[in-house]
Amino acid sequence: MRVRAQIGMVLNLDKCIGCHTCSVTCKNVWTSRDGVEYAWFNNVETKPGLGYPTDWENQKRWNGGWKRTRSGKLIPRQGSKWRIVANIFANPDLPEIDDYYEPFDFDYEHLANAPEMKAFPTARPRSKITGERMEKIEKGPNWEEILGGEFSKRSGDYNFEGIQKEIYGEYENTFMMYLPRLCEHCLNPACAASCPSGAIYKREEDGIVLIDQEKCRGWRMCVSGCPYKKVYYNWSTGKSEKCTLCYPRIESGNPTVCSETCVGRIRYLGVMLYDADKIEEAANAPEENQLYNAQLGVFLDPSDPVVIEAARADGVPEDWIKSAQASPIWKMAMDWKVAFPLHPEYRTLPMVWYIPPLSPIQNAAEAGAIGMDGAMPDVRNLRIPLRYLANMLTAGDEEPIATALERMLAMRAYMRAKTVDGVIDEGIAARVGLSPAMIEDMYKIMALADYEDRFVIPTTHREQVEVAYDIRTGEGFTDCNSCSTGMSKGSLFGGQKRPLKMPQEVQ
Amino acid sequence: MNTFLFLIYPYIALSVLFLGSIARYDRDPFTWKSSSSQLLRGKQFRIGSILFHVGILTIFFGHLVGLFTPLPLLAALGVSHEAKQILAMVVGGVAGLAAIIGGAMLFHRRWTDPRIRINSSFADIAILGLLLAQLLLGLFTIFISAQHLDGEEMVKFMHWAQGIVIFHPVPVDQISSVSIIFKLHIFMGLTIFLLVPFTRLVHIASGFFAPMRYFLRPGYQIVRTRRTKPLPPRSDSDITQARIAAAKRPSAAE
Repeated sequence: MRVRAQIGMVLNLDKCIGCHTCSVTCKNVWTSRDGVEYAWFNNVETKPGLGYPTDWENQKRWNGGWKRTRSGKLIPRQGSKWRIVANIFANPDLPEIDDYYEPFDFDYEHLANAPEMKAFPTARPRSKITGERMEKIEKGPNWEEILGGEFSKRSGDYNFEGIQKEIYGEYENTFMMYLPRLCEHCLNPACAASCPSGAIYKREEDGIVLIDQEKCRGWRMCVSGCPYKKVYYNWSTGKSEKCTLCYPRIESGNPTVCSETCVGRIRYLGVMLYDADKIEEAANAPEENQLYNAQLGVFLDPSDPVVIEAARADGVPEDWIKSAQASPIWKMAMDWKVAFPLHPEYRTLPMVWYIPPLSPIQNAAEAGAIGMDGAMPDVRNLRIPLRYLANMLTAGDEEPIATALERMLAMRAYMRAKTVDGVIDEGIAARVGLSPAMIEDMYKIMALADYEDRFVIPTTHREQVEVAYDIRTGEGFTDCNSCSTGMSKGSLFGGQKRPLKMPQEVQ
Repeated sequence: MNTFLFLIYPYIALSVLFLGSIARYDRDPFTWKSSSSQLLRGKQFRIGSILFHVGILTIFFGHLVGLFTPLPLLAALGVSHEAKQILAMVVGGVAGLAAIIGGAMLFHRRWTDPRIRINSSFADIAILGLLLAQLLLGLFTIFISAQHLDGEEMVKFMHWAQGIVIFHPVPVDQISSVSIIFKLHIFMGLTIFLLVPFTRLVHIASGFFAPMRYFLRPGYQIVRTRRTKPLPPRSDSDITQARIAAAKRPSAAE
């Protein structure tokens, strides 16, 4: 056993209102620069739809993620090391910027400066790449907002696999949900595995996956390697960039910008302890629908004394263990089993998980006729097909999704009985395999969702990382050839500044 | 003039190549990149880039082997100068043609596609133009070489190049009689070496070293730690084992 800690995230899709505040605040902080106008480290998609970049979920087309070979080996789907290097001159699986969208802006100044005309002046779009006039915008960052576009196109959605999808094109049967997406900070990141330069790495202390901008050479294998298409090539700097999980905020114990600003309070951040020795085996499970359970097997119970001792031995700080014990992620993924990984079949062991959304009963006319399972409707009669959610979250296994939805319905029924009727109905809890105390806790964390319940983030331990005395009076973050103190690893011109070693008392 | 071209310029160009590259790698690693434009336009890129790169790498290694194989080794292997000359012309010709077709496709794309044109620096376009001109000159040399298939001209260049790298250059008058095409080709080649540290050509070095490190790195994943003090050898120490064993024992309460 080798214990490591990871900051994980859960998004409660049941409460997402699709307001895009996460996307906009993220963009304002991270990607409002040349070359990444088209890049959204966080974006919100309306499902069903093809998403951004178009059809990203279809790995037959993009070859992202991992695959298990016939001989049982786990290799990146775009090819083993040899294949990746052989494609270094031209990456056959790289999306073009038009697969995302051509970034554009509008001639707003024209509105103010236009001469007197018969027609009202308009602000027309221009390409942010070429500066040229764009007569027609073909695509945008959220082109299918609220089911925009015809169903025939949107129904190309990969999650319709195995579903008779035609009826969902009819107005009466249509359904939709929002899917906010960001980098998954996977336990088995395919981007890092695909990088010939070794520029992408996972941080040992918190599991955040980052790209070393000084080591990236722009080979672009990470862009095609990531099945979530969450690594973006900055066409201006020639380097790849991705979501950093706002690591400067996480290090100081603050939630990411997308989580902090989420008005629906759907986002949770917390520590998960996992067994690094089990990753390969879990990612290499023989069948795709075993992958969800395999990943559950990688997580370690932070209240188990054996795990605690092993975590201490492996250098996990004490407050990180405490945070892991209070982690909302652990509760939702492991205790209540209401959160699921996004597309576990990509075999990357993602660490941003999703609580599937409840939806209205499929057919109002039948509302009276369908089986009310006690105080709750049968989850199979909900408008969003179980299979659709299962294709998205459990590689097609419907049972865990059904259980999760039942538990969420049970929570509502139980709390309604308690607050409206003043009755504590333990039967409701028992029927879904929970205790009343667990349901009350679920209600506190998932429904009330107070700030301190959503975000249990320990600060980073800088004393393990640097000697604070040496970096006093430094500038902190730097982009000037290590001009701040304490950062330099030594250079050609001037050599390394050797910190003064004070004599130590002999003990 | 000949002295400058054959004696002085090689040392200037190679010095700038190595010192300049080291300085850039050290001082500004952020700018060390391939500067790919594939994302902006995939059209014409795949075929063009593969033809260009495979062609030009074949030529590069052809020159390396052709110029720097010690003459006694050639004799020992039984390779006659005539055979080597023919081989060089055929392989160089095919690879040169591939590179020039690929390079022309890339140049056309860079020049005409507004997305790439506007995001190209002067150096991006100029270096591609220089490489194309050099490839063309290289192809012309085939016709010159065809006039003396005995390979004696080639041997002159081998002596010259080997003399340069062992700091024992051959007298200039031994080589100054070669065709002006060769002289231009050598001048351009050295100029390209000289320009490497100031252009995107620095990615060539990474193209060799990055895959090597990729193959050498164990497995696929990279985990970085920032701890200044290494962790104790994991879970092996007696104390740790004892504590884990103690934790495994059910407590009296259970």
